[in-house]
Amino acid sequence: MFRTTLKAFAVLGSLVAFAPAPASAAGGEEIHIPDTRFSFDGIFGTYDRASAQRGFQIYKEVCANCHAMHLLSYRNLRALGLTEAQVAAIASTVQIQDGPNDEGQMFERPGRPSDRFRSPFANPQAARAANNGALPPDLSVIAKARAGGADYLYALLTGYGDPPPGVTVMEGMNYNRYFPGHQIAMAAPLNEGQVEFSDGTPSTLENMARDVSTFLQWAAEPELEERRAMGIKIILFLTVLAGLAYAVKRKIWADVH
Amino acid sequence: MASGLHNSDIPNPVLRWIDQRMPVFTMMQKEYGSFPTPRNFNYFWNFGALAMVNLVIMIATGVFLAMHYTPHTSMAFDSVERIMRDVNYGWLLRYVHANGASMFFIVVYIHIWRGMYYGSYKAPRELLWMLGVAIFLLMMATAFMGYVLPWGQMSFWGATVITNLFSAFPVVGEWIVQLLWGGFSVDNPTLNRFFALHYLLPFVIVGVVFLHVVALHITGSNNPLGIEPKGPQDTLPFHPYYTAKDSFGLVIYFIVFAAIVFFAPNYLGHPDNYIPANPLVTPAHIVPEWYFLPFYAILRAVPDKLGGVLMMFGSILVWFVLPWLDRSPVRSMRFRPIARIAFLLWTAAFLVLLYCGGKPAEEPYVTISRLATAYYFAYFLVILPLLARLEKPLPLPESIARAVLGGGPLPGGAAAKPMEKA
Repeated sequence: MFRTTLKAFAVLGSLVAFAPAPASAAGGEEIHIPDTRFSFDGIFGTYDRASAQRGFQIYKEVCANCHAMHLLSYRNLRALGLTEAQVAAIASTVQIQDGPNDEGQMFERPGRPSDRFRSPFANPQAARAANNGALPPDLSVIAKARAGGADYLYALLTGYGDPPPGVTVMEGMNYNRYFPGHQIAMAAPLNEGQVEFSDGTPSTLENMARDVSTFLQWAAEPELEERRAMGIKIILFLTVLAGLAYAVKRKIWADVH
Repeated sequence: MASGLHNSDIPNPVLRWIDQRMPVFTMMQKEYGSFPTPRNFNYFWNFGALAMVNLVIMIATGVFLAMHYTPHTSMAFDSVERIMRDVNYGWLLRYVHANGASMFFIVVYIHIWRGMYYGSYKAPRELLWMLGVAIFLLMMATAFMGYVLPWGQMSFWGATVITNLFSAFPVVGEWIVQLLWGGFSVDNPTLNRFFALHYLLPFVIVGVVFLHVVALHITGSNNPLGIEPKGPQDTLPFHPYYTAKDSFGLVIYFIVFAAIVFFAPNYLGHPDNYIPANPLVTPAHIVPEWYFLPFYAILRAVPDKLGGVLMMFGSILVWFVLPWLDRSPVRSMRFRPIARIAFLLWTAAFLVLLYCGGKPAEEPYVTISRLATAYYFAYFLVILPLLARLEKPLPLPESIARAVLGGGPLPGGAAAKPMEKA
């Protein structure tokens, strides 16, 4: 009978094993996304706060010119280790449209920590008009919205280069090794030395790609650390409980075998 | 029976007062306390109880999610992300609910598999089985509509593809599709009615589950030997024996559930569903949730649209008549050497279809899907009816007690397989 129990787990296992097949199958030609080491890898991984803060700086100075992150508020940055004053200072650098006021007029005011990240464009049409017809996607949950997650983001940001011989890239498009179809409207966004970090980290392409991928992973899954910490406690508890439940079961059944 | 009161033997006076007027405690004692249950269940018999717990979890988390969710095309996606970010433990509620659907299907698939392997659908349990199939169909409808609610790309395009299937039916097809959509495309009215139905159907499931349990408690449970208990020596009271055994199974189930929720909450989902729905951009591959993939593969295996739809629905509807397709008097596959192999092959065909359903509709997956689909139906419509006449089953044990507790030489098949001890 132990065999049939094993079979049950085999069925369950194969269900789980086959399940992600659709995700990896998407996109036609199979592009292998290299595995990048991140601080949040593995079940005990956490966000490297310094890296995520640098990533936010890159977002603010580079990405935010085209990409919105409308699901995040400035107050969320507290979770990256910024102080209340720092967050207020960052928020106040942008002008937010508010209103209507008592006269029925819309007005601009400095941002507050409770404001959502200001979007660079008023609407998708304006975004397309400014970007050669392409729509820069919102980055709030981008790490969850792409197969490969942060590994894919890192690969994409470092995957620009000249097309291989025989491949022509359309007008206004750029070659990228890891983008599905290899032609991406976004020009290489990160260039060496583009951002100056106050902590002295050299702004190499790899460093910047890692930092911004870490930041975007945090933005997509701000609950990750709390979730894993809770999960470890719950599974430890359940393992002990399973032992107790099994002992109780054995004791109760002892007299009927 | 003075003044029509129920003659209660509940010791606690307050409970007895209630029980005399409404004998729920007597009923619980009869149906879950002393209820005679075959003594030889293996751990496959945990899955009914697990499914019941899973249903309760889904309803409990779903009610709280509904308090924060907005069923409008312009707000649904953001309201789900607000649950993930700003609602206290909203991420936990949502991940438990989303992965709870996957757990529910894993549990129910194993439950159905057990019913098929041990012949639990056979007389006198045909109606019990059919109610179970009805529950499964309701679950599929509920899960499908639930997946539409976050209004991501897969929500939208999955809804478009699946609702469009109904247009294959002649005459009424277009009308059904417009009724599902509430208009002429998948849009806000669709989302609204799917939300309403997604909230309603689980309570319909609760109702049918109640009937499923009522039917179960009339016929009693089947067991791994597939022979009826012949007396008290063959059974044990449900409590404490099976409450204890189910409790252990339940904790193991919670461990698997927790591992997914806390460490791989998006593993069973599709990344495209974190892209807001866009009617103007079609995803490269539209795939349903993993638990629909076997049926999706059957749909795509048939070159004709109506034929595919009929085969897909037929692949589940055929379960309704399974008790009459398999006329063999022997229930458990343990004593049916040929049917056992045929059924394990059917299981393999089901898993192959699950795999192929997630792959693009191209070779070799199409041919493999067709072969697996052919076997899927052949098992029900040809192999089982024929085996009922041709197969020579192994001798059945005299009784459950004799098979479990020994006592003299046992007939062939039973002796070869020692019973579950742990």
